[in-house]
Amino acid sequence: MTCEENRIVLHAYLDGELDASRSAEFEKHLEGCTVCVRALEAQESLRSAIQHANLYEPLPGGLEAKIRRQLRGASAASSATKIFAWRWLAAAAALLLVVGLSWRYVPKRVDSGLSESAFASEIVDAHIRSLQPGHLTDVLSSDRHTVKPWFDGKVVFAPPVKDFTEEGFPLIGGRLDVLEGQNVAALVYGRRKHFINVFVWPQRAGETEQYAGSKNGYNWISWQQGELRLCAVSDTNRDDLAALKDLIAR
Amino acid sequence: MDAQVWAAGQTLRTVVLPVQDREQFDELVLPHLRAAFNLARWLLRSREDAEDVTQEALMRAFRFFGGFRGTDARAWLLQIVRNTCYTWIEKNSPMASSVEFDESLHLSQMPGPEAQAVSGSEREKLAKALEQLSPRSREVIVLRELEGCSYKEIAAITAMPIGTVMSTLARARERLQELLGAQARKEAVRDL
Repeated sequence: MTCEENRIVLHAYLDGELDASRSAEFEKHLEGCTVCVRALEAQESLRSAIQHANLYEPLPGGLEAKIRRQLRGASAASSATKIFAWRWLAAAAALLLVVGLSWRYVPKRVDSGLSESAFASEIVDAHIRSLQPGHLTDVLSSDRHTVKPWFDGKVVFAPPVKDFTEEGFPLIGGRLDVLEGQNVAALVYGRRKHFINVFVWPQRAGETEQYAGSKNGYNWISWQQGELRLCAVSDTNRDDLAALKDLIAR
Repeated sequence: MDAQVWAAGQTLRTVVLPVQDREQFDELVLPHLRAAFNLARWLLRSREDAEDVTQEALMRAFRFFGGFRGTDARAWLLQIVRNTCYTWIEKNSPMASSVEFDESLHLSQMPGPEAQAVSGSEREKLAKALEQLSPRSREVIVLRELEGCSYKEIAAITAMPIGTVMSTLARARERLQELLGAQARKEAVRDL
């Protein structure tokens, strides 16, 4: 091991995160390396300074009571809201049918415990988050033979990873993300100057076959593919998303 | 068309949780409120903002609780708090998520009187240095040193692979030391 490698290993050692053999290997290295010994001592004293500085932030008085009140309010209001909401949805669905939509809107996600609009917020937030510097991809590759195995052991399903460079949707990479509090796979495609996130998670009972929408200028389309549910989201137009969907589902 | 769709969607915002779920939520999730607030406060560098975001995060957690199947409620809640914080940062100060903090714009947060009594200046110095780190560095330090999370838990909360957790933490600590060193040098010059 070189000292450069050990710069990171040193922290895992400090945190007790190395297995026995690597721990022993590192201790052996310490015997002959004053640079690492000094670095370790410096880190130990930083840690103890943090522990003694009492940085843990005390909870503001009244916050817990406020939250408990809100939670009570939310669960009391919900049964009334549900019936009311269904009437609205029935009216909206009838209206949409009359207008003759080409995009099917199925207003039913109650079974999965999350409303359509909360789902839209979640998916659009996740997309925006991914565009922050350094966050788009964990594995950066247009080679599906690199991206696909990367997901092994990170998620319990196999996301369909394909590159569509020739069709105008180059595969950029993949990453892990979190939706509705669960780990999902995210595949990232390019489309001209836009990025498209395709989120993949196991299909859950009660999820409708296909739905789509838009929020704050972002479009999304979600569909079922075998045992999996996929959702593509981007600021590119709906036709692009539908085209990518057709390619992935092909 | 969208307006109609979303108008209909809006009324569904609150999702029904049976009473037993409500009780379970109180039992499993609420005990981690302090951890939630602590993470939000350090990510947002403001007690007031952290109070708002913690409330929002708890309501989101409540909405998603039907989908919670895991065993680690703390990691699950902190995941939601973290995401809510980043969404908030993105909305309110889009630049802040990627860059280190500019000290000249820094309005120091007053620590609680209790904490102040324990070790006034040492705490202040560390807090200041910690607040100067980028949010990505700050969160791993807070989760590891204040919350005592394992690398595996940090990986689950931040959706990063464990290797990335390890290298981010290493870099964050080195940077923290640099910042503390720079502070000390500045003080030494001032004292001359």
